[in-house]
Amino acid sequence: MEFLAPTTWADALAAKAACPGALPVTGGTDVLVEINFDRRRPPALLDLTRVAELRDWAPDRGRIRLGAAVTYSRVIDELATALPGLAMAARTIGSPQIRNRGTVGGNLGAASPAGDSHPPLLAADAVVEVASAARGVREVPVAQFYTGVKTNALAPDELIAAVLVAPPRGPQQFCKIGTRNAMVIAVSAFGFALHPDRRAVGTGIGSAAPTPRRAEAAAEFLAGELDAAGLWESRGELPDGLAREFGHRVRAAAAPIDDVRGSAAYRLHSLSVMARRAATWAWNDYRRAA
Amino acid sequence: MTSAVPNSAGASETTASRGRVGDSPLRPDGLLKVTGAFAYASDLSRDDMLWGATLRSPHPHARIVAIDTAPALAVPGVHAVLTAADVPGENAVGLEHLDQPALAEGVVRYQGEAVALVAAEHPETARRAAARIVVEYEELPAVTDPRRALEPGAALVHPARRDAGGNLVREVRMRRGDPAPTAPVVVALDFEVGMQDQAFLGPESGLAVPGADGGVDLHVATQWLHVDQRQVCHVLGLPPGKVRLHLAGVGGAFGGREDLSMHAHACLLALRTGRPVKMSYSREESFFGHVHRHPAWLRYEFGAERDGTLVYARADILFDGGAYASSTGAVVGNGGSLGLGPYRIPNVHVDARGVYTNNPPCGAMRGFGCVQAAFAHEALMDELADAVGVDPVEIRARNGMREGDTNITGQVIDSAAPVAELIRIVRDMPLPPGSPPEPDLRELPGGVGNTTHGEGVVRGIGYAVTYKNVGFSEGYDDYSTARVRLEVSAGEPVATVHTAAAEVGQGLITVEQQIARTELGVERVVVQQADTTVGSAGSTSASRQTYVTGGAVKAACEAVRDTVLARAAGMLQRAAADLRLDGDKIVDVSGEVLTGVADVLGDEAVEETLEWRHRPTAPLDEETGAGDAHVQFAFSAHRAVVDVDVELGLVKVVALDTAQDVGRAVNPDAVLGQIQGGSAQGMGLALMEEVVVTDGRVRNPSFTDYLIPTILDTPPMRIEVLEYADPHAPYGVRGVGEPPTISSGPAVAAAIRAATGKALRRVPVRPEHITGA
Repeated sequence: MEFLAPTTWADALAAKAACPGALPVTGGTDVLVEINFDRRRPPALLDLTRVAELRDWAPDRGRIRLGAAVTYSRVIDELATALPGLAMAARTIGSPQIRNRGTVGGNLGAASPAGDSHPPLLAADAVVEVASAARGVREVPVAQFYTGVKTNALAPDELIAAVLVAPPRGPQQFCKIGTRNAMVIAVSAFGFALHPDRRAVGTGIGSAAPTPRRAEAAAEFLAGELDAAGLWESRGELPDGLAREFGHRVRAAAAPIDDVRGSAAYRLHSLSVMARRAATWAWNDYRRAA
Repeated sequence: MTSAVPNSAGASETTASRGRVGDSPLRPDGLLKVTGAFAYASDLSRDDMLWGATLRSPHPHARIVAIDTAPALAVPGVHAVLTAADVPGENAVGLEHLDQPALAEGVVRYQGEAVALVAAEHPETARRAAARIVVEYEELPAVTDPRRALEPGAALVHPARRDAGGNLVREVRMRRGDPAPTAPVVVALDFEVGMQDQAFLGPESGLAVPGADGGVDLHVATQWLHVDQRQVCHVLGLPPGKVRLHLAGVGGAFGGREDLSMHAHACLLALRTGRPVKMSYSREESFFGHVHRHPAWLRYEFGAERDGTLVYARADILFDGGAYASSTGAVVGNGGSLGLGPYRIPNVHVDARGVYTNNPPCGAMRGFGCVQAAFAHEALMDELADAVGVDPVEIRARNGMREGDTNITGQVIDSAAPVAELIRIVRDMPLPPGSPPEPDLRELPGGVGNTTHGEGVVRGIGYAVTYKNVGFSEGYDDYSTARVRLEVSAGEPVATVHTAAAEVGQGLITVEQQIARTELGVERVVVQQADTTVGSAGSTSASRQTYVTGGAVKAACEAVRDTVLARAAGMLQRAAADLRLDGDKIVDVSGEVLTGVADVLGDEAVEETLEWRHRPTAPLDEETGAGDAHVQFAFSAHRAVVDVDVELGLVKVVALDTAQDVGRAVNPDAVLGQIQGGSAQGMGLALMEEVVVTDGRVRNPSFTDYLIPTILDTPPMRIEVLEYADPHAPYGVRGVGEPPTISSGPAVAAAIRAATGKALRRVPVRPEHITGA
């Protein structure tokens, strides 16, 4: 196996173009496990840890531009206010050692339906910035990034440069079910965001469909009900049963399987509970923020 | 009395310096382990060594039609590829029955069974070459439901046993008192216990070094060097003098290292290649490389008076032994003879069976047959409490064994049996505070998963008691050998202790040092590496080493002391009985210094080697199960406090408090460590630990999906240690390691039942069992 170790972003893109089968690696928390278990034998590893610009985040034209190699630990420590949903998700990932190595870019690259970054990125309408030596930069809305089980929208010569997320205009929540209280892969997960500036609701479902996905109809339903009752302005209490109905509609958006981590029925049930609770917490935060 | 409360530390420091029995000296491996410097078996290395790899069966049951090793041999760097045809001795191993081939011969009986071996220059080369071996299989019908294994017409896992029990490994019957008892209150249940794994952190590893004499030296992480030696000799066709075993650094055992794993394989490869061969399993391979705890199906019925006093108990217990017997027979013996718990029951009817299936082989694990039973008898005891309107503590106190009682095999409990005291101690411990209004997420069910801020959370409290046999039972000749030498080095007396007892992480080396210091009065005690140049110490299992090897070391020290003092008495013209060893001096009873140890010993060493046995046990009667089958009984009680998110089925154990009688705490810190670890392991089975097997195939052979409790799952533990000395045991000790693993899980399950109102008749309790979704 070849080991490519570019030190600049341009070199990294050139290497990827020259060897499209090269598997990018930063923290190695996923890639090295796959290799150790002999599940993947890529012709080359493309080590991106020497590319300094991938490790930075900064405000960028009204959005946070999060370099692909920023670790979960830094998201937790530095971005809890700017990217609250993502920071909440980062807190649930692995152990401190894993969070010190693992990156949001890596989570997107793996595109596992169980990846913890995905629900908050979906809920926050994040955009994935990808690049290639031949065609330069393009932006892919995160909802279009996941194309199948562990596949994504990257072309063979493309790399993930960054994730672009608008700062929150309202409260965000992230909930994740695991069968122990730490260091666990999600049985099911849910990301939620209120976007009062555009009277919208953001959602993201994890581990309950072939890809991470939104609960679009549920989000539109909730946003519409809030609008109809004038609640975005009044910040009044949630009407009886509204969060519960939202939970049911989130559940309807999922398509989980039975596996060794949990049953499909439990995944559906837990999603409906998480969605109800997350919406309630976020709404209460919104009311308190008035 | 020793006790620990959360956050207490250093209580033993004042006594640690002397390092005698009852102190808690620092253990020699402690600092090395916490700094990562300890050399485990997986760290073994030789410059000229090869690496071994194992090809395993993908099928739970299949005929091997053909094996083509040529593609593997063609891989550059490969030195040998071996199959059953290359086994020079008899291709049969096993703890109780030699029913398992070292390498599969003609048939594979479980997924993961070893079929072929490769030795190569690099571990990855060995693995890749193993993958190139072409094995043609013809799949056979697999027996995967143990409840159907004994049905007429069931496929036979071992066809040769057609007229010798078929798929039945062992059946134990307990019959006592009235064969048809009746009682005014009757409660019954069915319970199911999933397959737990020992989940030791150090995977199976060892290094086999061929010797100039045609023999082999095997350095290996194990629990019992001599039982390994016997089996490896059998496979190699070599006498014991040519198969020398040395204990390598053991990273936990819990029963999972009683059977052979890579032992014979590495030796086969080393003898074939003439090179040292190292084998070290990956985590995934480890799940296929050792036995697991038997899953069990249990049907229990209690009959009682209206006040809750037990009149009778019936139990039907089925253990899935998997493809090979391992220690299933002894597990059945324990399940049958101890499986009704530490209660006074006049009328008893128990059937316990272990069966062969094509599931993964199951064998020894901490708690050994009592763990499964305790979930059933403790759940049923709570049912009985409910039925008669008595609280769970009082029902146990009322029915609990007392010293002088006879248990269900008719054996008199002839030392402390403080069931009522233990359960009342845990009841009376302070309860943890309730959740604050805005609790830290880590204090809530679901943890940082942020699934509740208090919604749906209900607290529950549960209790359980247990008793467990210590040492090997049913007439087994259970002994240990110790060699102790006393000599003077640089003017200072030094004791050297040599046994074959495996230190697996429990702290036995420290215990051996403490005993030698106590008996010989010396400060410096060297414990030699365990190996087979000294006689067997028996297994590091059954909570027995402090008792049995401790007893052997004590006896050998006494023999050395007697020799030294007799010599001194001759020199001093005093009676030996008036003399004592004290550091580098020999003193009289008043402490007056009479002479130096150096003056008595000069350049000579005094050495004694002794075999030491605990009092004998007897077999269980075939028809009634009667018999004084056990050496000693150890009792413990647990109280669990849990918060359950009843809507999501997630559990946070808030407190797991325990009381246990240890007879005498030889090393109080080590006792607490055993109790903490055992409690966590039992809790793990209640909450999450299960090897999930579907149609004979393991679905979660990794720590990604075989979950064990993390620190955020493990609560503070209040521990109260009673020391009611057992007059039959050295220093009065009572085995410590297993009881906490037995009573903690049922207490956690009971607490979840209390919080949810659900019956929960299966462990691990999964979220969907609580939510019903």
